[in-house]
Amino acid sequence: MSRIRLLVGTRKGAFILKSDARREQWEISGPHFAGWEIYHLKGSPADPSRLYASQSTGWFGQLIQRSDDGGATWAPVGNTFVYDGVPGTHQWYDGTQHPWEFKRVWRLEPSLTDPDTVYAGVEDAALFRSQDGGKSWQELSGLRAVKGRLWQPGAGGMGLHTILLDPGNPDRIFVAISAAGAFRTDDGGLTWLPINRGLKIDYELPDPAAEVGHCVHSIALHPARPDVLFMQKHWDVMRSDDAGAMWHEISGNLPSDFGFPIAVHAHEPETIYVVPIKSDSEHFPPDGKLRVYRSRTGGHEWEALTNGLPQRDCYVNVLRSALAVDSLDSCGVYFGTTGGQVYASADAGDHWTPIVRDLPAVLSVEAQTLP
Amino acid sequence: MIRVVLPYHLRTLAGVGREAALPVDGPATLNAVLDALEAQYPMLRGTLRDPVTQQRRSLIRFFAIGRDFSHQPADAPLPDAVARGAEPLMIVGAIAGG
Repeated sequence: MSRIRLLVGTRKGAFILKSDARREQWEISGPHFAGWEIYHLKGSPADPSRLYASQSTGWFGQLIQRSDDGGATWAPVGNTFVYDGVPGTHQWYDGTQHPWEFKRVWRLEPSLTDPDTVYAGVEDAALFRSQDGGKSWQELSGLRAVKGRLWQPGAGGMGLHTILLDPGNPDRIFVAISAAGAFRTDDGGLTWLPINRGLKIDYELPDPAAEVGHCVHSIALHPARPDVLFMQKHWDVMRSDDAGAMWHEISGNLPSDFGFPIAVHAHEPETIYVVPIKSDSEHFPPDGKLRVYRSRTGGHEWEALTNGLPQRDCYVNVLRSALAVDSLDSCGVYFGTTGGQVYASADAGDHWTPIVRDLPAVLSVEAQTLP
Repeated sequence: MIRVVLPYHLRTLAGVGREAALPVDGPATLNAVLDALEAQYPMLRGTLRDPVTQQRRSLIRFFAIGRDFSHQPADAPLPDAVARGAEPLMIVGAIAGG
């Protein structure tokens, strides 16, 4: 019988939640790396026992931890992230140029085929790759050549938060960066294109033709159709049918099109999930009701999923990396909140149950479907 | 041997008790002690000093015999009592966050 392993990163450590395929009873282990911020942890699709975790604090900087036994034991690997060549500068809040400075790893994305290859999205925004299991890291610096001088951090920092690997084309990678936008490489990371046409909102970035400067919160794709991308932007839920060449809005009847995460159903490429948040000024669900919204039509038409979720007095947030799906026949959907709850649905979102209610603020959730 | 007291999180990371004892060749400077510490416990690399610039992290402080050595040159000798192992060098994570 298949099993599910959830990898949960929080403000104060990592937790691993395990269940059988029924997804009713969960065993919780942790905190791993107690007291440290775990921005993200993820397993290798090529070897699910191989996990990578980003561990950091403001005191002691960045560590990368690796497990080769599914999270039972961990060992630190390389934590030196050096920008390629002369790091250069990017735009600062006052319009001046500011040196690129490494702060932390926001995202770890293991290769689809090689357990020793893993990508790291970092702040200040850049993409690094390790090909030796995390021992050493090299920057794919062509990304910052895409008008990096014009990138400017938002309030949450200039982090590279999303990395999508194209399962049909090993040379194609999509990334997204807070307040800079989305980018694509078709040559394994050597050169990059901005893929932000069609993204616009008057009071966010008035120039509709701006190639960079877009506040992308997260993007997602279905492995069977990697040219179709879905995006939760600062405002607006967007879709591209041509690998990011052009985007169009699919917010439809959402109560708010502000939010952070977006995910695609494991078996239905036109079924997508978002968690609407009231606004960029009020980072909590509209009307105090925690609702996941699902579209079965690839956008435009959305239904509220509320069964089992608090429908009054709920003022938590769901961060950009805290929504995930498993790949069992009945697709499981999971999300974590800044209030420390992790909710699970074993029926694609129709019914929800809290797995755990009182973790530290959840930063990320990843689901592994194990044989 | 030079005695070094590590902050809680780094003790856990390195798997050591409250104090670590380190052999240091040559003058006992901050750099020499930190080099010896990182050689003995490689997992601590980058946690006390920036791995590129080798500058002390902002919220790390070095104390010994009741004095703050955080701002002294990293190649200046530490007090004789520290060099002899009579007193520990205390590495402290600054109280911060309110």
